[in-house]
Amino acid sequence: MSAVQSKVAGGAVLPLQQDAPEGVFRQMSRRFLKHRLAVAGLAVTLMLIFIAVFAPWLAPHSPYEVTAEFSAAPSSVHWLGTDQVGRDVLSRLIYATRVAVTVGFGTVALYVTFGTIVGLWSAYAGGWVDMIVMRITDVFMAFPYMMVILVVVSVLGPTLWTLVLVLALFSWPSIARLVRGSVLTLKQMDYIKAGVSLGLSTPRIVFRHILPNALAPIIVNATFGVAAAIMAESGLSFLGMGVQPPTASWGNMLTDAQSISVMTDQPWLWLPPGIMILVTVLAINFVGDGLRDALDPKQ
Amino acid sequence: MFTYVMRRILIAVPVLFGITIINFVIINLAPGNPVDMYMTPDTPPELLELRKEQLGLNDPVILQYFKWLGQLLSGNLGYSFSTNESVGSLISERLGQTVLLGTCALILGLLIALPIGIMSAVRQNSKFDYLMTGLSFVGTSIPQFFLGLLCIYIFAVQLGWLPVGGTEDLGGGGGLLDRIRHLILPAIALAVGIAGRKVRYIRASMLDVLKQDYLRTARAKGVKEFFVTNKHALRNALIPIITVVGMEIPMLFGGAVIVEQLFQWPGIGQLTIQSIMSRDYATIMGLNLIAAVIVLSANLLTDIFYSVADPRIQYH
Repeated sequence: MSAVQSKVAGGAVLPLQQDAPEGVFRQMSRRFLKHRLAVAGLAVTLMLIFIAVFAPWLAPHSPYEVTAEFSAAPSSVHWLGTDQVGRDVLSRLIYATRVAVTVGFGTVALYVTFGTIVGLWSAYAGGWVDMIVMRITDVFMAFPYMMVILVVVSVLGPTLWTLVLVLALFSWPSIARLVRGSVLTLKQMDYIKAGVSLGLSTPRIVFRHILPNALAPIIVNATFGVAAAIMAESGLSFLGMGVQPPTASWGNMLTDAQSISVMTDQPWLWLPPGIMILVTVLAINFVGDGLRDALDPKQ
Repeated sequence: MFTYVMRRILIAVPVLFGITIINFVIINLAPGNPVDMYMTPDTPPELLELRKEQLGLNDPVILQYFKWLGQLLSGNLGYSFSTNESVGSLISERLGQTVLLGTCALILGLLIALPIGIMSAVRQNSKFDYLMTGLSFVGTSIPQFFLGLLCIYIFAVQLGWLPVGGTEDLGGGGGLLDRIRHLILPAIALAVGIAGRKVRYIRASMLDVLKQDYLRTARAKGVKEFFVTNKHALRNALIPIITVVGMEIPMLFGGAVIVEQLFQWPGIGQLTIQSIMSRDYATIMGLNLIAAVIVLSANLLTDIFYSVADPRIQYH
């Protein structure tokens, strides 16, 4: 951003020669890359997506194949041993990545889209529409997240897709409020007023001029949302109200560890899935933190 | 000030109705109806029909909702499908244990977070600051059940210092010390996440205050650095943290479900799981409702308390 300037008589400032301005995107990626933990988090996240996509090629065994070795200790055949019914723990761990990635990104895609539209509409319409929408978000946000999700999932029957739907159903209000807040601020800006007086259509103002400027907090919130959804899924599956066996999820792999004998004698059954959840959630949270620093220099 | 409080309470009323509607809808999504629970293979269908009529299950859904709401307003939360106990008393028996655990966890979490947050802010960008910021992320990212299992494995199974679960030793137990020993592990499992979230808020809030001119004045007049940070700065830095403590209440309910189940702690989290397992919708509905009302009141109180603590906030 170093424009060489020279003072001319009369006090006017004239640019003599201007470097090509650094693009917004490059500027942001430079700030993001300086955040070492965020870069490491991004690398881990990309690796997990890779594992999820290529699970059938990466897993050494089928995650459902029952062998004669029950609760076998790690060996050259079963790197992380086998579980109580003789299934390969490593393969189940790899396949469970698919559940985590699906729930994490599926939930967020769903509720960010919905929440953004509702937030835009509420703020732009104003008046009683805004009033009612905000009270609805109040209602949804009054229910304690984990508890209400547990109840609704158990009522509807726990499957992967009800899980995604219910998590999204109780997550959209935070995005809607966030978007509404930024739109209300942006609406007062001169360039939007200029757009209105130029006679631009409402959708054009909302989607071309307001939304892009409100995007930064949405992206940050969405990133943390992926981590939160994965955490919630693992908790529900741990309680037996999430992804159902035989489908492997990191949460339901941990359920069996509640017995003291498994805990002390078969650490390969419960340490790896727990560590996977921790590493995944941590990595995504680091990415979110890096994005927050990169996208919002004001903070 | 008074009008602000009244306004907030008035806004809470429609939200309260919204909560009852959502709660009613959720339970009505459940397949089957309560009468199916009484059914045995030789129950005559006429009897079932009669029972349904008596319970008002053949009424239009809207009418059912208002009947339920009427009962609710007179303080009746209904009766448990599985034990026939009143849901209200079932919940009030358990609520104390959850509040006890939650309060201890909240205090423990703040006791961990406060010194770390203050030190991080005072020594901004030091190695300590980076390490603690990293650790606070670990604290927020570790699932409570995994942390709980790790605690049980290390402190109960390997070292044998603390019990694996429950509120007191069977037979002979029940002393204060015994109860505290049972409280430690579940409280830690809940507190680590709280501390992780709070460290960053306290640090940010402290950093804001440390820049203020009045602290420079305090130093200039010779106040010791220890008092500048821990008295002059901390007082104002704590104000925004009030809201954040309020935000923890819903998290504590969620955490209670998992941690109480893991540690066999007889609070409302465990009751939730038990009711779900036995498909006891009356109890589930009551629990969900009570939880939402507690969260709503906690938010209301937080906002009011905040406006009292910080006179700079404008009431409108």
